[in-house]
Amino acid sequence: MATHVTTAPVAAPLAAARRRRPAPEGGRINWGLTIIVAIVSLVILIPLYFAIAMALKSPAQTGAGTGFNFPWPIQWGNFRTAWDLTNTPLAFSMSLLVTVIAVAGEILVSSLAAWAIVRNWDHWQFRATFVYLMLALFIPFPVVALPQVKLTSALGLDNPFGVAILHIMFQLAFNVLLFSAYIRSIPVELEESARIDGCTTLQTFRRVVLPLLAPIAATVGIFAFLQSWNDFMMPRLITANPKLQTLPVVQYLFQDQFTTNFNVAFASYLMALLPTLVVFLLAQRWVVSGIMRGSIK
Amino acid sequence: MAATALPSQQTAARAGRSPLRMLKNLFFPVAPTYLLMIIPAIVLFTFFIIYPAVQGAFWSLTNYVGYGSAKFIGFANYKAAFADATIRDSYGFTLLFAVVATLLTNAVAMALAIALNSKIRWRAGFRTIFFMPMVLSGLIVSYIFTFIIGTSVPIIAGAIHFAPLQSSILANEHLAWLGVVFVASWVAVPGAIIIFLAGLVSIPSEVYEAASIDGASAWKQFTSMTFPLLFPFFIINTILSFKGFLNVYDVVVGLTGGGPGTATTSVAMTIFNGFFSGDYAYQMANAVIFFFITLLFALFQLSVIRRRGGSL
Repeated sequence: MATHVTTAPVAAPLAAARRRRPAPEGGRINWGLTIIVAIVSLVILIPLYFAIAMALKSPAQTGAGTGFNFPWPIQWGNFRTAWDLTNTPLAFSMSLLVTVIAVAGEILVSSLAAWAIVRNWDHWQFRATFVYLMLALFIPFPVVALPQVKLTSALGLDNPFGVAILHIMFQLAFNVLLFSAYIRSIPVELEESARIDGCTTLQTFRRVVLPLLAPIAATVGIFAFLQSWNDFMMPRLITANPKLQTLPVVQYLFQDQFTTNFNVAFASYLMALLPTLVVFLLAQRWVVSGIMRGSIK
Repeated sequence: MAATALPSQQTAARAGRSPLRMLKNLFFPVAPTYLLMIIPAIVLFTFFIIYPAVQGAFWSLTNYVGYGSAKFIGFANYKAAFADATIRDSYGFTLLFAVVATLLTNAVAMALAIALNSKIRWRAGFRTIFFMPMVLSGLIVSYIFTFIIGTSVPIIAGAIHFAPLQSSILANEHLAWLGVVFVASWVAVPGAIIIFLAGLVSIPSEVYEAASIDGASAWKQFTSMTFPLLFPFFIINTILSFKGFLNVYDVVVGLTGGGPGTATTSVAMTIFNGFFSGDYAYQMANAVIFFFITLLFALFQLSVIRRRGGSL
């Protein structure tokens, strides 16, 4: 699994081609089950078709119908209207800002902390730190939300930066767990030889340890990306200025204006859903193996 | 491990006599670089999570309204919270929702994982389809379903004269929670499928071949082989999904807004309302109660995992 991720840019298309050829390995294909699975998959596909169909119609075309009718002629203009109405580029930038800071921050802060903890496990101080950081596993956001809103606004962090910092903090315990489990599997000898060659502690981390952490960093990064991009609770409560809101919150804020034209609303929803969907379809192998590794650990 | 500790122990031995250095050595007897790596995490974590948590617990013992001054009033907020029907109902809804959604998510995900692991045509394609909801925003998915469940389904049900669905279930205070269960599970199932698939891959196919040769039926194979072997993954999934469902917020906001009335108002929503209603200290007491319920569950989770000898 680990090699898939590290070598993925080169290996992904190859692996995909290899996977396709020997279809389900040996034996007969179970057509009955295939048909059942195909029917069940409609539970996923129909809502997505519905969203796309709605986004491509005019209110007149939707009429008093179910909304499932095929959109014709296609109304691309809905996207333009939604784009202008909700100021999609701005919301997109805010989502991107939060996500980039959260992904980079989560990987950096938790990998550094995990490495320092694992390599100094003999000292009770580091074991205590580990336990202390794990406290976060027991504190969901709703429990500390009210004081946190006051704290961030007192610090002038009632904006995307504050949201990103909180994302980093709430995921810290889980990420440190993932990183420390992975670091324990890396042989210490590699680091020792680097030290003998004259590397300082920081150089050892940057040149030897960090590259070895790539697979687990990818897992942490994928979790961080999905959570930060899709989060609604924290940006909604932390960010005070509606102009600085992320894509999901903007959909919420525009509900009142959407009721006059559902088709524009669905165009807006689709644009908000698209980024994660595209990333997923392009990098499915990483995402799936990353989540597998993350949840089994 | 002992070898890595060596340089740090030398540092400790080399340490001088200055009181500051002695203090540092008492708490972190290692190279300063390690301290630079860990201290930011400790400081930020303390400041942004632990400090608000302690502060919130303190406010919960006062009559603070979110601004201005406050008076210490002991456990009055807690007493009132326990007697408050709105809060009790929010716990009732959240727990019922979390239990049912966890069961549904696990049952559906296990069945789908087994199907997606067997010899079906276009397996990779089907997996892609079933994984998709995982990356979609729960709030936006809920908005899409609000229209489907609230508008499209009643029209279709009317056309085929199917009475139970002719009016939107989201507008029915006894049935709206089922809509929340459905959409929340729709979003949560893919993650659970992935974990079950990881478990299924670890079962060698020879076991099944041997069982089929011995004449075990598919159902028998499931009950006496697949399910027991998947049980650890069932536990992981139950814990992960239940924990997530307890904090339900996005799906409720998108689907029902907590209504009709307060029928689907979750605990998280009730707490957040503390901002808008001026019940700041009161809802902090509610948050502390919620914390202890979460804690109870987390301790149970730890004990289960430890019994399994897991690393979490």
